[in-house]
Amino acid sequence: MRKLLIRGGEAVFGGRVERADILVEGNKIAAVGTNLPAEGAEVIEAAGLTVFPGLIDMHVHLREPGFEYKEDIASGSAAAVAGGFTQVCCMPNTDPVCDNAAVVGYIAARAKQVGLCKVHPIGAITKGEKGETLSEMGKMKEAGAVAVSDDGRPVADARIMRLAMEYASGFGLICLSHCEDKSLADGGVVNEGYSGTLAGLKGIPRAAEEIMLAREIILAETLGKRVHICHVSTKGGVQLLREAKARGVAVTAETCPHYFTLTDDVIASFDADTKVNPPLREEEDVAAIRKGLQDGTLDCIVTDHAPHHADEKNVEYDLAAFGISGLETSFALSYTALVKGGLMSLSALADKMSGAPARILGLEGGEIKAGGAADLMLADLNEEYVIDSKKFRSKGKNTPFDGRKVWGAVKYTIVDGEIKFRA
Amino acid sequence: MLGKDLLGLRDTSAEDIMLILDTAVGMKKLLTQNLKKLPHLQGRTVTTLFYENSTRTRCSFELAAKYLGAGTVNISASSSSVQKGETLIDTGRTLDAMKNDVIVIRHPMGGAPRLLAQNVRASVVNGGDGINEHPTQALLDFYTMREKFGSFKGLKVAILGDIKHSRVAKSNLFGLVKLGAEVTMFSPATLMPQGIGRMGAKIASSREEALAGANVVMGLRIQLERMQGGLFPSLSEYAKYYGVSEEHLSLADRDHIVMHPGPVNRGVEFTSAVIDGESSEIEGQVLNGVAVRMALLFLLCKNRQGGKDNA
Repeated sequence: MRKLLIRGGEAVFGGRVERADILVEGNKIAAVGTNLPAEGAEVIEAAGLTVFPGLIDMHVHLREPGFEYKEDIASGSAAAVAGGFTQVCCMPNTDPVCDNAAVVGYIAARAKQVGLCKVHPIGAITKGEKGETLSEMGKMKEAGAVAVSDDGRPVADARIMRLAMEYASGFGLICLSHCEDKSLADGGVVNEGYSGTLAGLKGIPRAAEEIMLAREIILAETLGKRVHICHVSTKGGVQLLREAKARGVAVTAETCPHYFTLTDDVIASFDADTKVNPPLREEEDVAAIRKGLQDGTLDCIVTDHAPHHADEKNVEYDLAAFGISGLETSFALSYTALVKGGLMSLSALADKMSGAPARILGLEGGEIKAGGAADLMLADLNEEYVIDSKKFRSKGKNTPFDGRKVWGAVKYTIVDGEIKFRA
Repeated sequence: MLGKDLLGLRDTSAEDIMLILDTAVGMKKLLTQNLKKLPHLQGRTVTTLFYENSTRTRCSFELAAKYLGAGTVNISASSSSVQKGETLIDTGRTLDAMKNDVIVIRHPMGGAPRLLAQNVRASVVNGGDGINEHPTQALLDFYTMREKFGSFKGLKVAILGDIKHSRVAKSNLFGLVKLGAEVTMFSPATLMPQGIGRMGAKIASSREEALAGANVVMGLRIQLERMQGGLFPSLSEYAKYYGVSEEHLSLADRDHIVMHPGPVNRGVEFTSAVIDGESSEIEGQVLNGVAVRMALLFLLCKNRQGGKDNA
């Protein structure tokens, strides 16, 4: 059996960081300890490196099938492993929409063929993401779907959403809700507030996000079902979640690096790489998101990796596509802001980026333990570098972080015991 | 000193504003002497690229260019063609390749002039972009105010109407704050943008408060589509609670002037008596607009001499 020994790294366990050797046999971690035998094993000398459980991103867009000019499963997987991710979950807004077992099966098969990271499809809640009739969740689950979501085309009809939460639960699937009341968003492109007014760009009020978020909480609470809230961006949203969790509602939530590292003053440049949905908010929101991550109100960090072609961004701000290419910057941005910034420990960061998503979706991995999946990521936390989108493996170079100095370089990504990325 | 482009007053210094106004004084003198074949811009080309309908702004720019001897080209693109046709950058590069000196752009989307300016060598003038800015309208407003009052220090300017969708209100605010005037705004809450107070405007809680002691009473056009969008219920209700009549004007300073960027909805923003009244400068604004645009085109082209564009 193939053996791999990761020797002398600082391993991040739940609640502690310790120097440890990690012996991988086949696709499993065989042993974690000190002075493990190297016989017959390929050795990674990890002294000076930190070993994390493989990162898991439960919210990405890989664009295949249908939008391969933006990204495909091969380029998206390459970006994922370069970013330290061993598992990603891809949203169903492809063409055709991933609302049936055939498309789920295609994505799963294509990802296996590419063979870099594990790709878990997310099926659509409703057929065609039209918000009208439920998609075949059971068949999609059987074909490999790990959750359901209409993501950027949120289910507007509360009754349909209620039915979705109920029906999905029968297959152990959770609904992931992109909370946006489209009538309130009303075609806006930036946060409604000072910066938006200053730039003369139409605003999206926080209420557009918070009203649907409140609806999902109430539905989950009254039905006794689970719900997961996508990319929380507002202070009010964090507060709603905090209160719901205190009441015992089965709600979990994610946010993205751009919501705890950027405020909407960057839109003054009219640089469309700052255009994202939900929009970048204000200082008090950023502070609340950080607090929410710290106190556990926000369970995990995702990228909402939304690669676009340059031609879709190099146009008038109103016409530009929403989204940020995030897989290759997420770890460094999160480590720099949250751990270097003194808000949380390495173990807590590993939980936000690996443990929590694994628990929410019932995926393997998410922790370093003997007998567990050999999904690991090794990073040099002492390396400072400048983000350069030209070096992205992703086809999407759309990032507002170009030129930003960050700490924490991914050095190895190991998926099922195989080195899939080496810096 | 004035750069390659004029994209908005947010990024324009008080000195540059005053330079344009000072230069416009001479231009207006020539205009009033009916000297309309001047040599200042001989051999230059000014193109107006309008993605929105406009009569006065486009005509004003075109005449300003022609009076100074420049060649002019007018391009109209319907705003729907923005969505499906050639990209703005490609259109700009095409115009650039034809050796345009100045492109005046009007566009329904905020920031479009900046995108154009970043991608062309020609000077770009913002002729109004979405709900962002309309700098030359504000400059002609300033010219009109200065002609009447001499200075901006402590000048009380009341702006009433659809502030939220008004690029005129924004450019006026940015400039007037830099020049030392006091700006008060009033509108239905549905037509007031967030954060405008932080930009230096005082938000009045009533029409009376807005008008009290005002030196300048500026109305902004109410667009019918806003009513259709549900932002206010009817023109007559708007006129009753937010419009300005002669009676309301009695609250303003005795020496006040009335301004409006046009086109005016008679009986909505202002009653006809106000529009045609003694204190109305609405027609004067139009003439000043030509003078200010002459000054601006002249200054931008002067800046280009000896620059890399002439290489």
